[in-house]
Amino acid sequence: MIVATLVPLQATILGLVAIGATCVALCRNTLRQIVLSGVYGLTLVILFVVLQAPDVALSMLVVSTVAYPLIVLVAIARSRHGDVEDEGEGE
Amino acid sequence: MSLRLKTRTRRQIRGAVALPVLGALGVLLLWGFSGLPAFGNFHGFYGTLLTKIAVPQRHTTNVVTAVVFDYRGLDTLGEEFILFAAVVGVLLLLRDQGEDEEKAEPPRDAVTSDALRFWGLIGAGGAIAVGLWLVAFGYVTPGGGFQGGVAIASAIVVCYLAGSYRSWLRVSSEEVLDPVEATGAGGFAIVGLAALISGLPFLRNLLGPGEVGTLFSGGSIAFLNWTVALEVAAANVLLYTQFLEQYIAPMVRGRE
Amino acid sequence: MSYLLYAIAAWICCVGLYGAIVSRNLIHLALCLTVAQSSTYVLLLGIGYRKQAGAPIFKGVKLGTASVDPVVQALTLTDIVVSVTVIALILSLALDVQRRKGTVDPDAIADFSG
Repeated sequence: MIVATLVPLQATILGLVAIGATCVALCRNTLRQIVLSGVYGLTLVILFVVLQAPDVALSMLVVSTVAYPLIVLVAIARSRHGDVEDEGEGE
Repeated sequence: MSLRLKTRTRRQIRGAVALPVLGALGVLLLWGFSGLPAFGNFHGFYGTLLTKIAVPQRHTTNVVTAVVFDYRGLDTLGEEFILFAAVVGVLLLLRDQGEDEEKAEPPRDAVTSDALRFWGLIGAGGAIAVGLWLVAFGYVTPGGGFQGGVAIASAIVVCYLAGSYRSWLRVSSEEVLDPVEATGAGGFAIVGLAALISGLPFLRNLLGPGEVGTLFSGGSIAFLNWTVALEVAAANVLLYTQFLEQYIAPMVRGRE
Repeated sequence: MSYLLYAIAAWICCVGLYGAIVSRNLIHLALCLTVAQSSTYVLLLGIGYRKQAGAPIFKGVKLGTASVDPVVQALTLTDIVVSVTVIALILSLALDVQRRKGTVDPDAIADFSG
């Protein structure tokens, strides 16, 4: 009964995942990209839950909410520091 | 100016070349995937067997954790060493850079909002509790050393976000974290060697299976679980330390 | 639906690689690589999925109930956690390039050294 309703749900979330991946990969601005990447991570979490993989969903959840944003934001901050001539180009 | 124009055209050429190549790769992937069993019809022998025998054999109700720490424990040892090597690489690359700033006084950037400090502390405590719970019950319910370790490390970051960089430095001293991480990585191998010493194959589960569905189940899975949690938590806190230093160092220099 | 998931996994892989190829920033490139990498998670979990089956966790579930494949889940969950440190390594390489060359644009780096 529950399983029968899963298939349209899975298809919907798969669609969201595909859109999310496209947005992350084609976004030019790195700051915007890391925000999109967080959202994409959350869609992956939901996909893993509906694919009956709670362990993997937890793994993705803890990684995509804190670990990725933190290290990437620091890398962006550091790479813009002393990189004045390229600063305008990325916006 | 001419340089910029050149790189732009070069990027356009590269994109134009990439499209057909990636299209071909996509077709190749689809052709390969079409040989797979249709979605939902997979009946892998190994997985099916494990779901039948894992609970009677190991008494762990989470079969995924049983696979990670027992049936495919050797793979996990390899994954742990990848993690260890990557962290060592990060430390080597970034430590070199911060050398001249090491003497500098850490900035006084304390968060002044009492509400943020209060709720931050409560949030950090809650997140650490959730992390420990994820590790402890990893072989009973969803969770385990990998997820719990990252959760604990994330909770510790709140000390920086709601406290100050100084309080962060206090909880993330490398003199403490380096041995903890090494203990986590080495502990896994030691549990494996313990089996070898008692005359069993490497990483063979040498403790009794215990009682189904409780913390006293799974034998050595519990020990491997905690060593992985130690290593993953320490590795992540070390990473955050190195990266936050990258963020703080220019601010210190700017002030001088 | 039967092959939609595989098609989407192939799409994620290709779009992630395309983003990496046309990238103008090494940090952006690393994030595109994580997208390409996530296609393997989708593919593996999709392969291991079984109709009318639950998660491979038998706490409060009768033993012998059909469940999805636990092996692919074990592969995926360790990889997700380890990938963070690998991405951190790539990012610190990017920061190292920034320190040496003053930029994180892959094309500009090619110009300086060539």
